[in-house]
Amino acid sequence: MAITREEVLHVAKLASLELTDEEVERLTGELSAILDAVSKVSELDLSDVPPTSHPLELVNALGSEDPGEDEPRPSLPLDDVFANAPARERDLFKVPPTA
Amino acid sequence: MIDTLRLTVEEALGLLERREVSGSELHRAYLDAVGARDAELHCYLRTVEGAEGDGVPIALKDVISTKGVETTAGSKILAGYVPVFDATVAARCREAGLPVIGKTNTDEFAMGSSTENSAYGPTHNPWDPERVPGGSGGGTAAAVSAGLAPWGLGSDTGGSIKQPSALCGNVGLRPTYGTVSRFGVVAFASSLDQIGPVAKNVRDCARLYSIVAGKDAADSTTVDVPRVELPEGESLQGLRIGVPKEMNEAEGIEPGVTAAVQQAIELARELGADVGECELPRSVEYGLACYYLIAPAEASSNLARYDGVRYGLRVDADTYYEMVERTRDAGFGDEPKRRIMLGTYALSAGYYDAYYGQAQKVRTLIAREHAAAFESFDLLVSPTSPTVAFKLGEKAADPLAMYLSDLLTIPSCMAGLPGLNVPCGLSEGLPVGLQLIGPQLSENTLFKAGHALERAIGFDPVPERLR
Repeated sequence: MAITREEVLHVAKLASLELTDEEVERLTGELSAILDAVSKVSELDLSDVPPTSHPLELVNALGSEDPGEDEPRPSLPLDDVFANAPARERDLFKVPPTA
Repeated sequence: MIDTLRLTVEEALGLLERREVSGSELHRAYLDAVGARDAELHCYLRTVEGAEGDGVPIALKDVISTKGVETTAGSKILAGYVPVFDATVAARCREAGLPVIGKTNTDEFAMGSSTENSAYGPTHNPWDPERVPGGSGGGTAAAVSAGLAPWGLGSDTGGSIKQPSALCGNVGLRPTYGTVSRFGVVAFASSLDQIGPVAKNVRDCARLYSIVAGKDAADSTTVDVPRVELPEGESLQGLRIGVPKEMNEAEGIEPGVTAAVQQAIELARELGADVGECELPRSVEYGLACYYLIAPAEASSNLARYDGVRYGLRVDADTYYEMVERTRDAGFGDEPKRRIMLGTYALSAGYYDAYYGQAQKVRTLIAREHAAAFESFDLLVSPTSPTVAFKLGEKAADPLAMYLSDLLTIPSCMAGLPGLNVPCGLSEGLPVGLQLIGPQLSENTLFKAGHALERAIGFDPVPERLR
């Protein structure tokens, strides 16, 4: 299952990875080999098999002891939120402009 | 003088109870051991001086968030990242009074089978430092075997607890999916990741499981867990053990591994178990392909958060998108990049149904095959790893060869099933691990069987060269 250089560049864009030329070349080869191996799954006719997204059959697990409860609680303090921030300005994460 | 090389958790508890040693003295003893002997092995990425707690000190894999202690997940993209909160499992250890010895080495973002993908250098196997300890949890497993921790927590997605325990010769449990909280654990593949205990013997392992397991309001994928029973018996009377043909006769299993596992199965018979053959026709054949589609797909989503905006590495640039793309290229190593690319591709428009969609259906097949086997058997057994510890560098250049290390651990992971590694012998002087797999929530059965086998096998978990 060969993946083309163009496809690699496209996927890299989707994944927000600025790959070097060496990486693009190497990954094209590696991904082709891996895709070849994993495409094996298409050998099977699974038209009437439902997909499993999750090993346990949990429904409506809302992560609270009482599903009806919705009590506001304090959030993370702002100083904690920014504790590892590369650049902070007032209460904002500072980043370069988008354009 | 505390001999950390041999000390089990149960023995340490005795020392503490009889006040022959204090919690801080015990912690100090392990820190000293790390100082004296970890340069050769590199099990730890950092130690924690002055950690509080009167209990038995513990090692934590560096994917587990520890408040105030740097947590890197073995990646440069999180260099210097200090969590402002404890993962639930770390908090439960803290509440139990277990002082943290340090954070152990891991393949980057838990992706790997040898710990060679750590951005901070590999860990070496204490049985033979020229060999790998397994991965991704090589640091924890090597630390326990080398007497640099009496027990530890690892994480397992496709075998990252079980396989290092096999290669290092100790006991590791991958619990039933949902029994241990993933809150605060650096996510790799959310439908597969589980935190689990690593120790020198089954009873210590069970004890740690009982400390961390149980429903957590902060992780909605967790469930209530049956009360943990510390195993005691030596008989396997009445236990039905299945030997899946495909798992025990797969291509690539070393003869020495087969021999040790066969001996263990014979022992099980002598202990009274009912041993019979069974089949998992497609689980082994399609398991790897299924996993290496689903796990990278989930990883591509989970690793999207590392963008240089809120925490971790940032590579400066003139525009936002350049900043994000350059940060990610600079911060991620080869294996995460490979998996992010693979996952993104498998989920992209036009390919989703053929790859990810199809893999999810294969997952259903695998779950059904295991469920069918458990109608006739209480446990399934196989080798944990097809090989004993391989040499550093041997498989690092060939991703597919490395992926094959997980051939036997992966299928049960896809079905959310628990698996226990119990060392069962040596081959070429290196540990061989026996994998016990059970139905969901069967940890007590795994512990009971593992304990009985462990006593009968009599494996010395201290590496020969360190005795």
